[in-house]
Amino acid sequence: MKAIVRPILNWLDERFGAGSIEEFLRHKTVPLHRHTIWYYFGGMTLFLFIVQVLTGILLLLYYRPTPEDAYESVQYIVTQVRFGWLIRSIHSWSANLMIFTAFVHMFSVFFLKAYRKPRELTWITGMLLLFLAMGFGFSGYLLPWNTLAFFATKVGTEMAGAVPIVGKWMLIFLRGGEEVTGATLTRFFGFHVAVLPGLATTLLAAHLLLVQRLGMSVPPGVEQAIKEGRQEARSMPFFPNFLLRDIIGWYAALGVLGALAAIFPWELGAKADPFVAAPAGIRPEWYFLFMFQTLKLIPAKVLFLEGEFAGILVFSLAAAVWVIVPFLDYRAGFGRVTRFFTGLGIFVLVFMGVMSLLALR
Amino acid sequence: MNKFAALLLLLLSGALLAFGEAPKDSCVTCHSALDGKQSEPAKKFDSDIHRQAGLGCADCHGGDRNDDSMNAMSPAKGFRGAPKKTQIPEFCARCHSDIAYMHRYNPKMRADQLSQYLTSVHGKRLKQGDTKVAACVDCHSVHDILAVSDSRAPVYPMNVATTCGHCHSDPAHMKGYNIPTDQVEKYSKSVHAQMIAQGDTSAPTCTTCHGNHGATPPGVASVANVCGTCHVFFAQLFEKSPHQAAFTKMGLPGCVQCHSNHEIVKPSDDWVGTGPNSVCMNCHAAGDKGFAAAQKIAGDIARLKTFLGRAEDTLTTAEHSGMEVSTPKVELASAHEALVKARVIVHSFNPAEVQKLTDQGTEISRKAYQAGVVALEERDVRRKGLGVSLIFIVLAISGLYLKIRQIESRPSS
Amino acid sequence: MAGTERPETNPTRPSRRWINVLLGSGVLASVASFLYPAIRYIIPAQVAESTSRSVVAGKVTELKRNSGKVFKFGSKPALLVHTADGEWKAFSAVCTHLNCTVQYREDHRQIWCACHNGFYDLQGRNVSGPPPRPLDAFEVHIQGDDVIVTRSA
Repeated sequence: MKAIVRPILNWLDERFGAGSIEEFLRHKTVPLHRHTIWYYFGGMTLFLFIVQVLTGILLLLYYRPTPEDAYESVQYIVTQVRFGWLIRSIHSWSANLMIFTAFVHMFSVFFLKAYRKPRELTWITGMLLLFLAMGFGFSGYLLPWNTLAFFATKVGTEMAGAVPIVGKWMLIFLRGGEEVTGATLTRFFGFHVAVLPGLATTLLAAHLLLVQRLGMSVPPGVEQAIKEGRQEARSMPFFPNFLLRDIIGWYAALGVLGALAAIFPWELGAKADPFVAAPAGIRPEWYFLFMFQTLKLIPAKVLFLEGEFAGILVFSLAAAVWVIVPFLDYRAGFGRVTRFFTGLGIFVLVFMGVMSLLALR
Repeated sequence: MNKFAALLLLLLSGALLAFGEAPKDSCVTCHSALDGKQSEPAKKFDSDIHRQAGLGCADCHGGDRNDDSMNAMSPAKGFRGAPKKTQIPEFCARCHSDIAYMHRYNPKMRADQLSQYLTSVHGKRLKQGDTKVAACVDCHSVHDILAVSDSRAPVYPMNVATTCGHCHSDPAHMKGYNIPTDQVEKYSKSVHAQMIAQGDTSAPTCTTCHGNHGATPPGVASVANVCGTCHVFFAQLFEKSPHQAAFTKMGLPGCVQCHSNHEIVKPSDDWVGTGPNSVCMNCHAAGDKGFAAAQKIAGDIARLKTFLGRAEDTLTTAEHSGMEVSTPKVELASAHEALVKARVIVHSFNPAEVQKLTDQGTEISRKAYQAGVVALEERDVRRKGLGVSLIFIVLAISGLYLKIRQIESRPSS
Repeated sequence: MAGTERPETNPTRPSRRWINVLLGSGVLASVASFLYPAIRYIIPAQVAESTSRSVVAGKVTELKRNSGKVFKFGSKPALLVHTADGEWKAFSAVCTHLNCTVQYREDHRQIWCACHNGFYDLQGRNVSGPPPRPLDAFEVHIQGDDVIVTRSA
């Protein structure tokens, strides 16, 4: 094995300077402490994203983004194309898994305050990537053009319209018109396979570059303990130790995906009919449930604002606060733990959890 | 006014029309300027089909349309005035029964309306002096008569029931005739009325079954023929069935006995059998052959419906979960067809005939259901393939784990 | 080689070679089990396209003039007619009355539904009997020997 790899690396090094990359990787280490397990989730999210890209490309070979053909093409994939059912189900399940691991990654970074100086930009690019991931989920959900997808999209884009002044324009921009039609499908397809991947690649490159440049953050508590000599600073080499463990995780994820695809295959549903009434119990995918439920519970009028708008306003403000949290919790940059932000994080987590569970009832 | 003068007038107005000018008609001119009832006919006359044909008031009422004085209405000029109710049919028939004359306007037009009318109940009673019955103008209106094909006409198929109802639904008007006055109300609940309301003018309205000019309700013996004009298969089956002879003997009308005459609603499957809504139980009772036949027929149809429903549900579930079941679905269409045909064959009142169809349909449904089950099973068979790849994954993971342990067991890296 | 323990001195620890074999075979086998479906997926299936849009209804030689046949189009029956004048026509075979499957009648030169004696002309128009609406018409193209029926746009 080594006899093959070494000459290739040497050849690349002479032309490309690959040697410095190799050197860097060789020396990259991962801190070892009781929170090390959370370090795996970023890589897991990246892995699942790659699974999405690969299965997505395969689906692209057969999918047709028009209302006349979309449902039939997905039906064709799952019934006629060999292993089409597998690729499709993996794509749908992996989307959900990826967003789940992305949230875990984000919350673990939040609670371990890895966003503090000098990693503010990493946090911001990460948050933007999370929003992109949810955009991927929302746009991709419509593509099979079945009843659930159609009405979930209708409800989801309706909320955009609730924003005053720009709301109407936003709704028309998203839908490609006033209503959810074939124009919406084409547009969402464009977002899903071109716009979002382009943006995601750029942000991902920045995010990964920053992580490599800045190394892995150590939680303030551990840092403090090490400084005070209560704990030893241990680490493991990234290559091959951490990477091998990463790969075990990725294999396990593949196993889970395969199991989900075979045991809980993703439904095809019934073809969307824009002219029938929405079936009862329409709701968005789980990662939007907390927003959906909150908006349902908000009264029609809050002070002088329309209820829906008030809800969207609160969510937008919350998101904005969340994105700039490294600057708000600047004390963390000095290694100080401000309990308020930990409390805020717990509140947000519990809120999202409770709202999601309520929506499922 | 003699025929020659009429002809002259006609040719004159025709000539004038040819130059694109409305022919001078002093009747219309004077009467339009009068008040109230006197001006009504003139004002209405613009839309009248006779006017469009170039005819004027004088063509029916006599008189001189070119004479602006009161002399226009003198008997010397052939003035007939307004006819009495009992004279109306002959008044209109003066032209409408003259084939040669009518064919000048519409070669396909019938000219037997009067002779038909005289055979009708309306016609007979009018002859006896009853002025409450319908004559030409009661249905066709007067002075603003529109073509039958004009949707605004009172005799346009969509409007016929309302027109008949003007008299036949009015209890005060119908007093003394001893016939019901709820026909229009009942008819409006029927499928035929629904079809008419949707604009399907081929659907039956009052005149379709009763006739228009020769309006007479069909006799008991001819009801089945009347219904059978459209409902061909049912009439044929009924005629060959044991009910035909039985009904004739009892003086019962065919179809109407179970389906009603005016309130003909969409039948449901529970009309057959021995249940509370069954029409069979109107005559049959437990223990007689009819009861047994009804029970058998209803049971067979219910069985087919159950199997059909099960197959449909299974195939839909399979399809929605992403399995290929288009062929069984197409085949199931034949089972559905068998059910539709079974509902027709019911009218033979022969359980064996019904069973032939329901057996066919049930067999097809069973096969389709099986295909659905197989499809759902195939979906589950994929777990086997999963098992294989899981083994490899476990192998790889164990290899990795051991490798890690091996690497980290070395004293230094 | 520093750090290599001899298997004989510690029987619970598998030898380095076996670990490599296990790892190598596990990785290879699992990668193969991922690549195999992907490769089969990429190869086009026997039926190149979804049959709900376009289908080969039959061969040109199958139907003589003034005859018809019912074929499967997606998950519904459809009717192919070779008219007496030599034209090819195709319609949905689902009767617009109560969904029975219609057929071509050579004697009438019209399309007939056996359930309630409904008739459609060769443009698909409902001309007699209970059917309330015409039959959906499809496009027919002859490609070589094949008669191809497509849903109209």
